[in-house]
Amino acid sequence: MTEIVTESILSVAGLSASIAGQQVVEDVSFEMLPVGVTALLGRNGVGKTSTLRAIMGLIERSGEVTIAGQRVDREPTHRIVQRGVGYVPEDREVFSSLTVAENLRLAERDSSPNRQLIHELFPDLTDRAGQLAGTLSGGQQQMVSLARALVNDNRVLLVDEPTKGLAPLIVMDVAKALERAAQTVPVLLVEQNLQVVRMLAEKAIVLEGGRVVYDGSAEELLSNEALTKELLGVA
Amino acid sequence: MKSLSKLSQRTWWIVGGVLVVIAALLPLLNISIPGVLPGATYTPGTLQLLALALLFASLALSYHLLFGTAGMLSFGHALYFALGAYGLGIVLHETELTLLPALGLTLAIVITAAYLLGSLSLRVTGISFAMVTLAFAQAGNVLVRRNPGITGGEEGLRLDTEHIPDFFIGVVNTRNLYWLALALLVVVFVVVAWFENSRAGHAVTATRENELRVRVLGLRPFGVKLMAFVIASVLASLVGMVHLLLQSGTTPRATSADFTLTILVIVVLGGVGSRWGAIVGGIIYTLLDQRLTALASSDAIDGLPAILRIPLSEPLFILGTLFILVVLFLPGGIAGAVQRLSTGTSLAPQKRQRLEEAE
Amino acid sequence: MSTIILLLITGLGLGALYFLVASGLSLIYGLMGVLNFAHGSFLTLGAFAGWELARRMDGSSWGTLIASLVLGMAVGAFVAAATEFLLIRRLYNRHIEQVLVTVGLALASVALFEGIWGTDAIYVTAPEWLSQTTEILGARVPNDRFLMIGAAVLVLLGIVAFLRYTRFGLIIRAGVENRSMVTALGIDVRKAFTVVFAIGGAAAGLGGVLASHYFGYVSPQLGGSLLIFAFIVTVIGGLGSLAGAAIASVVVAVLQQFANYFWGGTGDLMVVLLLAVVLLVRPTGILGKKA
Repeated sequence: MTEIVTESILSVAGLSASIAGQQVVEDVSFEMLPVGVTALLGRNGVGKTSTLRAIMGLIERSGEVTIAGQRVDREPTHRIVQRGVGYVPEDREVFSSLTVAENLRLAERDSSPNRQLIHELFPDLTDRAGQLAGTLSGGQQQMVSLARALVNDNRVLLVDEPTKGLAPLIVMDVAKALERAAQTVPVLLVEQNLQVVRMLAEKAIVLEGGRVVYDGSAEELLSNEALTKELLGVA
Repeated sequence: MKSLSKLSQRTWWIVGGVLVVIAALLPLLNISIPGVLPGATYTPGTLQLLALALLFASLALSYHLLFGTAGMLSFGHALYFALGAYGLGIVLHETELTLLPALGLTLAIVITAAYLLGSLSLRVTGISFAMVTLAFAQAGNVLVRRNPGITGGEEGLRLDTEHIPDFFIGVVNTRNLYWLALALLVVVFVVVAWFENSRAGHAVTATRENELRVRVLGLRPFGVKLMAFVIASVLASLVGMVHLLLQSGTTPRATSADFTLTILVIVVLGGVGSRWGAIVGGIIYTLLDQRLTALASSDAIDGLPAILRIPLSEPLFILGTLFILVVLFLPGGIAGAVQRLSTGTSLAPQKRQRLEEAE
Repeated sequence: MSTIILLLITGLGLGALYFLVASGLSLIYGLMGVLNFAHGSFLTLGAFAGWELARRMDGSSWGTLIASLVLGMAVGAFVAAATEFLLIRRLYNRHIEQVLVTVGLALASVALFEGIWGTDAIYVTAPEWLSQTTEILGARVPNDRFLMIGAAVLVLLGIVAFLRYTRFGLIIRAGVENRSMVTALGIDVRKAFTVVFAIGGAAAGLGGVLASHYFGYVSPQLGGSLLIFAFIVTVIGGLGSLAGAAIASVVVAVLQQFANYFWGGTGDLMVVLLLAVVLLVRPTGILGKKA
């Protein structure tokens, strides 16, 4: 008998996390789709960012986190990343005193980084290679932050609110870059902009009070106005 | 066995009271503990050492209030001890005041200085606060060394006994000074306990754990922190004053950064965040320091090869090494270890947390 | 005029020493959040190593001086890296405990130095040129000042080049700004910790040998007395800022010299006063980032 084990790329079971003694994630469990975009949604302050940070080992956490069949919840952050996790944090977190080129160079883990892809996706960054990242606009900083993740071949991407505070035109640029990335690597996306979610995500997970309250099709969720309003507070 | 931690607050106070009574009776008893005390408990030499141990316990308690309770890592606590010692010594020498008025005047000076320097230092937090307090203390050190006309400079200041009551003077009256030191320890303990259980004390503890939350609650962390700073400074200065009487003088070492570090070492050895730990740490440190100094000059050490002799003949080397080992392997210090033994559980993470909150 | 020139250059020489200590302190604090109390001991050990070498060779030759400077650097770097590797690393991210360990190390090491070399100052010999003076605009400036200034400038340039052109330098610069993001890019930032300790230790060890020539002696207390001013310099310059440390070193030392000369030996107090003023006006220091 042959059985194809479609092992999940990233699964979380009973994940809890706290910041300075305060619980911010409580017993969260979900699985990501092995391809495409899985959206992690919820109202402000329900623990979406904290969930990503807990997966990354950036805050105190307990519970199980499995990446490609390997438990990683006791590993330090850099080890988790080296397993092939790309992380685009909330608020970009570019190194403002480093140039664009230095930001990218720092991020390169692979022996053959995808410089060509970065150039195609964000030609602007090539022109601004020598500029200090702190002097870039918000949209450009977001591109640096995305580029830092996309420059390596990853098994999974964790992207936290990539369109926050950006002008509508730039939002579409970012969304297109993510769409292209999602063709080769599964993405776990935290996003407030439901238009972007509609465009990219197949699966949606909704958190409330640090717990999972919806786990299913993104389309079903977003086409049900009452449910969307109830869970996300917006239509 | 009933675990130590389950004993009620009241039981602890009773145990403390009994210990104080026993301590008060020591000068009237003839108890010898070879290897720990230099002679029987009624002899002036032993009483001098015990009084010193009690003073270090008080000083550690005052630092506990600052560091353990309020989470302020000060590297300048010695300044207030020195202000008490030098202040009282200078007032007694330069004026015609008798002991009590001189004490009052010195206290007024200390409160003013602590309030001013505290307000300034508390503009910054964490490591910057540590460095600023260190700098102010260093200024005090410079002032003392550079003005030998008033402070005695490197030689130190000798106590002017003209206006001191007779019962505090002379070797035969060492036991009176011992009782004074014991009384001071009780006073310091009560003040610290009272502050910790007061509204301001709770606020300052909350500030240590989460300054932001305290702000949200509408409390001003600055005010309660300053209050803790001034109280701790005043208590330290009182210890300095009694120390001046006990040692018949004071030296610039009292103003040095090393002296503050010594207090810090005591508190960490005893266990950060524990009142009892601070007291036990102060007593053990004093006895250990005295024993190690005796050991350093003993014949047994003299006969050793240089590689062993040199480290063992430096008490501070042994204490420093011991301190490093405690920080690395015994978080929570002596108090933490005792609690672990009595409850059989590991409290290490909690104690570490406590230490980190102090940042 | 000649007095002012003399005070200025002497101040620069002293500032150079402060910078050699403060640069390491500031880098270590910036990257790791550790206030290193043992830094003075790295300096003292470097100074003693230089002296031990010089007394076995011809102390008045230039070759010996250079060899002792190199040895001081090497000893400082080695001991500092070992400190990080054996003590600090065990307490990863526990900043207060890391500080406490360095406090213990400072106390124990000074005591050990006293046990080995005694508590008295030991006078050092140097090439004759260093004890001579050079006339600049009418001021007779002791030549050792130039050695201090030259060495500090070289160290500053060396550290800047290291930070700018090497991968470790890149990691350190990024880590000073946002350490957790560096780890989130898959970099084990702890390796950089050992490197900054080694760099800081090397600068301090070099500073130790230079300080022994500036003051004319070595003693177990040498490092501790410079360390306090280096702390003040790092706070005034802004914790974690190398440029801030460089500027503040010069400002503090020059102020100290002028106040000592014109206001009757009040240099040390003026420095503390300056610190108070900086904290009132700008609590993060001259070039410090927001806490």
